[in-house]
Amino acid sequence: MEKEKTRDSKEFIRSDGRKWNETRPMIAKVGVIPNADGSAMFAFGDTIAIAAVYGPRQLHPQHMQDPSSGILRCNYDLLSFSVYDRKKPGPSRRSQEISKVTEWALSPVIDLEQFPNTVIDVQIYIIQADAGTRTAGINAASMALAHAGIPMKDLVCSVAVGKLDKQIIVDLTKEEEDFEGGEGPTDFAIAKIANSDEFSLMQLDGKIPPERIKEVISVVKETCAKIYEVQKKALKEAVEKTENS
Amino acid sequence: MKNDINEAHEAIEYEEDSENIHKDRRIVVPGEIIATGEDYLPGEGARRVEENIYASRFGLVDEQGRVIKVIPIFGAFIPRRNNVVIGRVSDITFYGWIIDIDSASAGFLPIEESPRFINKNEMDQYLGIGDVVAAKIWSVKSKGIDLTLKGKGLGKLEGGFIFRIIPSRVPRVIGREGSMISLIKEKTGCNITVGQNGWIWVKGPNMEEEIRARKAIEFVAEKITMKGLTEKMEEWFSEN
Repeated sequence: MEKEKTRDSKEFIRSDGRKWNETRPMIAKVGVIPNADGSAMFAFGDTIAIAAVYGPRQLHPQHMQDPSSGILRCNYDLLSFSVYDRKKPGPSRRSQEISKVTEWALSPVIDLEQFPNTVIDVQIYIIQADAGTRTAGINAASMALAHAGIPMKDLVCSVAVGKLDKQIIVDLTKEEEDFEGGEGPTDFAIAKIANSDEFSLMQLDGKIPPERIKEVISVVKETCAKIYEVQKKALKEAVEKTENS
Repeated sequence: MKNDINEAHEAIEYEEDSENIHKDRRIVVPGEIIATGEDYLPGEGARRVEENIYASRFGLVDEQGRVIKVIPIFGAFIPRRNNVVIGRVSDITFYGWIIDIDSASAGFLPIEESPRFINKNEMDQYLGIGDVVAAKIWSVKSKGIDLTLKGKGLGKLEGGFIFRIIPSRVPRVIGREGSMISLIKEKTGCNITVGQNGWIWVKGPNMEEEIRARKAIEFVAEKITMKGLTEKMEEWFSEN
């Protein structure tokens, strides 16, 4: 990394040719799993997430049932071939944590009061990982929930922001996430509720000065607007696709 | 060839299907503004925040006068009172049958709700485990769904086969006042019962006609926004 370039953020070009506020190419598809009630795929470059929604359906074990509202249950995991070193299948500390934060990121937008004692299961699997898997997972899950016809206030958009030394960058790759120079690796995953200024996930690994959070928030807002357009387009295309078949 | 089993679902009102009332077949995603102004009222799947009407569900916009609704096009079955559903007996208890109707909670069919007297010791002779029935939802409570067999066209379904479509497409398959389903019945000569839970029972004079009926129904269920579908189906039948 050349020191000179990092000074001027406008002209900063990353190792894969992107600008500082540019995401990797996004691909979104809805209805990828015909057996599920709702499903979607979301990709940030080489990170590909698929999500399937089942329900509302009967919740077991029974002691988890809530008579006042339905509950959301997320399950996130990496598939064993998604990373270079084979990931041992089965739940891990990391996947349990991400399942939980995904649940928290999505629950503010969904409205399950009509479905007491039931559960909505969201399964998120990463079929290829290159950093930013939880954000891609949240984007896919938000589309899959909408696709399943679940009452929702809004969609959720999510993106990770990081730093290369002092330079803020959007949507990190694995290479950038592991950048050891300068202030050290930084990974700040954020989820935003699309049409409002509310955030449902903020998870920071690394260091960032508090006064620069504003800068991060404003770039996340811009990026989430782009993600929202991609999600919206994918959902609308899912209907049109059935027409021409 | 007509039989009385088929007519039950047609007696219910299907305001959701009404091909010519939809002026606007707009698709919306949750959080999208459908309309602005005090002139509109939010219906099912929509909500008002200040002066805007927002979609709170993914689906098709349906404007009926001042009321704006969003009709879902994908997703699981949400049981409602008076829905005719097709289910499978999954257990027999002392007081009735437990029926799997492919929804969040299982249906319960009390012994008193069968159309004729049944000896409690011989319940399995009337409906055994695995038998398929067409039943009507009598009530929906948080702890379960009560079913009844008292009504026209309800009862055990024998012979034929059942298959599943996406439950939100059922109004399309039935058509306005049952126009679509009677067309399919007429063209194939099959007996068809459509459950609101998306399960469809077909029994015809021979296997070919049964499969043709199934293909026709699946074709209708695919076309979500197409207008004048009944006419399109006439064409489809002349080709297939």
